[in-house]
Amino acid sequence: MELIVTSLQFIVDSALDVLPIAVFLFAFQRLVIGGPMPNRKQIAVGFLFVVVGLGFFLVGLEQTLFPLGRLMAQQLTDPDFLQEIAGIGASALVWQDYYWVYLFALAIGFSAALAEPALIAVAMKANTVSGGAIGVWGLRVAVAIGAGIGVSLGCFRIITGLPLHYFIAAAYLVVIVQTAMAPKLIVPLAYDSGGVTTSTVTVPIVTALGLGLAEAVPGRSPLLDGFGLVAFAALFPIISVLAYGQIAVLRERASTSAPDERDKAKEENHAL
Amino acid sequence: MKNSLIALGKDALSSLRDLLPIVIVISVFQVFVFRDSASNLMALAVGGLLVVAGLTFFIFGLRLALFPIGEGLADSLARKGSTFWRIVFAFFLGFGTTIAEPALIAVAAEAAEVAAAAEAIAPSVEAKDSYARNLRMTVALAVGVALVVGVIRILANWSLPLLIIGGYILVILLTAVAPKEVVGVAYDSGGVTTSTVTVPLVAALGVGLASSIKGRNPMTDGFGLIAFASLTPILFVLVYGIVVQWS
Repeated sequence: MELIVTSLQFIVDSALDVLPIAVFLFAFQRLVIGGPMPNRKQIAVGFLFVVVGLGFFLVGLEQTLFPLGRLMAQQLTDPDFLQEIAGIGASALVWQDYYWVYLFALAIGFSAALAEPALIAVAMKANTVSGGAIGVWGLRVAVAIGAGIGVSLGCFRIITGLPLHYFIAAAYLVVIVQTAMAPKLIVPLAYDSGGVTTSTVTVPIVTALGLGLAEAVPGRSPLLDGFGLVAFAALFPIISVLAYGQIAVLRERASTSAPDERDKAKEENHAL
Repeated sequence: MKNSLIALGKDALSSLRDLLPIVIVISVFQVFVFRDSASNLMALAVGGLLVVAGLTFFIFGLRLALFPIGEGLADSLARKGSTFWRIVFAFFLGFGTTIAEPALIAVAAEAAEVAAAAEAIAPSVEAKDSYARNLRMTVALAVGVALVVGVIRILANWSLPLLIIGGYILVILLTAVAPKEVVGVAYDSGGVTTSTVTVPLVAALGVGLASSIKGRNPMTDGFGLIAFASLTPILFVLVYGIVVQWS
């Protein structure tokens, strides 16, 4: 019963969230393009689905994804659990003792990115556009490795309490250097893959994990240390996809003897 | 009717695919690491079903209503609109899609909870709601501005890497003066905006614009808009934090 009331409340709220874009699109259609809206019935049904779907999703999020992320963070940092695996009390814990956290973060980041429908679509498109030079699986695995390492490193940052912008600034520097060196074909794709991994399902669970960790680890505050995992998950795939392009070129170069400079661009395309 | 059901089924599969890896990883950890069976399995299962059903309906609805109108408008405006209308359209498209972005709604609400728990804002429902709303408005404005800059960039042919690198340098500089409480949320908001609703419509705008101008590459220019949309929210939320701190 309570669930139904909450759902209705969320559906009303999501109608308000969808309103601006709906009003704006209708207004533009009328004022700028002119003429009536085509397929009125289909559009009305579509908006109904959007509003109800958004409501359901947000209720489910509050019931499942957020609590699960928090629960995992609590269990992974539970003093009794850490005592059991590390054999020392909570007061003597150092960042290495939290290795299950890093492992869990790696697994979540990697598997969520690998299965991400948007990434599969992008990888297939890149494969077609590049004439088969960019492998669908190669790209997906590269992005997934980046996302896994990103979330894991983000957890390390929360546990140690190191400043977020040190990591971000260092990663930007790496991206800039790599951009200058990587094959041109891969660069726009790499920049785009960062945004693709942070999907509507991954963002809430990763956010909850970070906040839960910051709550549970002694000396950390959710407000100061809890956020930042999403930023890591979006940034590191750029590095790993650029690296994927660079490694492909290096391997190609190693297998062909003394490549001619003139063929370099062609070879770069071929290597991917 | 039959086609709609097939489309709905496909969307459901893709939503399941989104959730499945998380379910598997968490289950493996529960069974093998904690040797624990989750206590409130029933509530979690119902919630998981709501997530899948909600995401399915949401995306199905987007495909029926929002994407066809939005893409049609983006395309026809990009090809033959005046510069003024193109810019106005870009702004409202960025703003409107970001307000409807589910991940942002969720993260903003969570950020408000955290701020209230840390006594940075009053713990009342009103204070939390207004905090979450302001955060979403700031991010939505940022995405609107990002698309305006992105459209002008495509029209005037400014260098994308220079603007992006300049933006990131600005991010690092602003971080030094922004209140510490806002830095994490600001950095995260960049990744949150480029999601389900925004990306397809923004890509349509970029591709339409780039293909209407001779000598532009639709792929890189479409991507360029999204790169801006992940950058400006960081800047705007940092500035918002600085402004709130002063007042």
